[in-house]
Amino acid sequence: MAAIFVMMTMGLYFVATVSFLAYLLRRSEALSKVSLGITALGFLSHTIALVTGMVETSSSSPPSFHAALSFFSWMLILVFLVVEFRHRIHVLGSFMVPLALVSLGSAAALPETVPTLQPVFKTLWFHVTLSMLGTVGFAVAFVAGVMYLIQDSLLKSKRFNVLYSKLPALDFLDHLNQQSIVLGFPLLTLGIVTGAISAEFARGSYVTWNPEQTWALVTWLFYFVVLLGRLTVGWRAKRAAYLTVIGFACVILTLVGVLLKGHGALS
Amino acid sequence: MHLIVVGLSHKTAPVEIREKLAVPDSRLGEAVSRLCTYPGVKEGVLLSTCNRVEAYAVVDEVESGYGSIQEFLADTHLALSSEQLTPHLYCHTGDRAIAHLFRVAASLDSMIIGESQILGQLKDAFETALGHKTTGVIMNKVVKKAISVAKRVRTETKISEMAVSVSYAAVELAKKIFSNLEEKTVLLVGAGEMAKLAARHLIAQGVHHVRITTRTPQHAIDLAAKFGGVPVPFDQFKDEMASADIVLVSTGAAHYLVGAEDVHRAVKERMNRPMFLIDISVPRNIDPAVRYVDNAFLFDIDDLKHRVEQNRAERVQEAEKAERMIAEEVVSLLEWMKSLEVTPTIVALRSRVDEIKQAEVDKVLGRLAHLSPQDRELVEGLASSIVNKLIHRTMVTLKTEVNSSSGPAFVEAARRFFHLDRPPSSDQRVDRVAEQPPCLRHEAGELEHAERTPEPSITKRAN
Repeated sequence: MAAIFVMMTMGLYFVATVSFLAYLLRRSEALSKVSLGITALGFLSHTIALVTGMVETSSSSPPSFHAALSFFSWMLILVFLVVEFRHRIHVLGSFMVPLALVSLGSAAALPETVPTLQPVFKTLWFHVTLSMLGTVGFAVAFVAGVMYLIQDSLLKSKRFNVLYSKLPALDFLDHLNQQSIVLGFPLLTLGIVTGAISAEFARGSYVTWNPEQTWALVTWLFYFVVLLGRLTVGWRAKRAAYLTVIGFACVILTLVGVLLKGHGALS
Repeated sequence: MHLIVVGLSHKTAPVEIREKLAVPDSRLGEAVSRLCTYPGVKEGVLLSTCNRVEAYAVVDEVESGYGSIQEFLADTHLALSSEQLTPHLYCHTGDRAIAHLFRVAASLDSMIIGESQILGQLKDAFETALGHKTTGVIMNKVVKKAISVAKRVRTETKISEMAVSVSYAAVELAKKIFSNLEEKTVLLVGAGEMAKLAARHLIAQGVHHVRITTRTPQHAIDLAAKFGGVPVPFDQFKDEMASADIVLVSTGAAHYLVGAEDVHRAVKERMNRPMFLIDISVPRNIDPAVRYVDNAFLFDIDDLKHRVEQNRAERVQEAEKAERMIAEEVVSLLEWMKSLEVTPTIVALRSRVDEIKQAEVDKVLGRLAHLSPQDRELVEGLASSIVNKLIHRTMVTLKTEVNSSSGPAFVEAARRFFHLDRPPSSDQRVDRVAEQPPCLRHEAGELEHAERTPEPSITKRAN
């Protein structure tokens, strides 16, 4: 049941991605409504897929990497729809929807393995959910950063093309970048703390210094510095944009590390 | 009944002629009333702006109507003779007159394509005409349609979206750096005309804090009073730069007043908050090396002009879309106008009642199969005579009122009473009902709202 909805969601996100990319390249605003409609439909189908997926797998089994990625993708679309609803920045969809499609696609490409890690505690759910929410914040910051850098270079080089007219104001993007990190960072912190606690229960030690744990800490430290730099010495605008793009690369590396190591298991 | 427009515009007449012919707002009502006293003129609307003077009228005969309006125009100004005027006049009738009005309303015929003042002016002209009761069924419909077409053009194309003046292009760029201008601070260095205009645009967009500096301190104080800003001594303005989000420079200085180093320092002091610098001076007053400073965005007069050129080109492209829309709308309006002609209405009325009569007679005769042929004829005759008596007065009235000013109204009424506009899909009829005056009031409200965008009001002066 869930699988059908996942396929449907993928199809809809794919069409929405194509439509949003076309929107980016064409002067007409007409495509934005179509793209938004398809995205909203995809989101609905995605929600159903997640709910039925939760019902189908027994609640005692731990979250799989597959489910986490799908949830991540769902959160991305949710954030996009909320920002879109509040600020009417259609062009955000041209960046967020492809990202959601990629993450849902890689989720579908993975086998739905159940982690072998025993014993499993309820804290693992918190760990996964909180880390994912933190990552969603960083993903949005990444998208805002990319958009910022594009708009910045267009303004600097005075190329007033279609992209220029569609991208929002620089300070809006900088603000979005800041908000995403301000929200994402505490969530990731909590995610790491709960992860450490469940590791302590599972293995008897908080940190085992395996590569993905190390990367997670590096990522955490990185965003800590980014946030601190912004609040104290004015690392905003272009620098913040660069840093969040790099930071997100760290996040991806951590995730890939988890993926390669655990065959879907979570540490 | 013919719709006709006679007039002149910036395309056909020099300003010396236009200014003589222009009718001030205060005298527009009297002038349009006078227009309708000329022989053959049934309805009239007079549009007078600094770029055009046009008389729209519904006349009996095109030839004599043209003569009447020409005479009217020549009479509006004592120093103008018909001979002086005629070479500059254009005259359109029927579909071309409608298309012309639509193009004027949609600002396709304007000096600056897409400017929105003209629509407000047309609306005022129409309201004046309504107030002096110089419009009738045709003019009301045509002008209201023109207003709605113009609105459609404005919402469905990007014709009036992009800045076409240098000073407004600066505002447009500012909006790509700052999403909300209200909390921003503008520093005006020097008092060049274009910079002042740009500052005025920015204030209209909500900028609260304005700092002004000029070489002559008194000048800065005067300007500050005018803009509601704060004067800053000229030798201290570089210290003020860090607190300014937008710096507008236009002085007569022959060298760079602001160097890359100054901007670099300001941006640093601002903790990397973006800074928008506009240099409208020739020779330039801001060192072009500023473009290498991160988070500082410098635009000079050529950049702004380039932007304006791009926008103009885009407006012309959008105008082509608008032309297609107008062509469609003209066709639909023409269909309506055709329906107002008397002869087809009478024919339609005749066949409509005959149809009803025949259907009813057939129904009754079907049930009275025992009637003899004579009796059948009698029944048929009865039906015919009732129907004929019923529509007799309508026919006569239509024929006698055909040449009166209320003729089209009678035709319209007859068509509605007898349901003649077939095939009238039900929504078409709803449309027509919806286009009655309350709708116009609604449109008027929206128009005023649209006019509030500051660009058009200042564009004129800028160009």
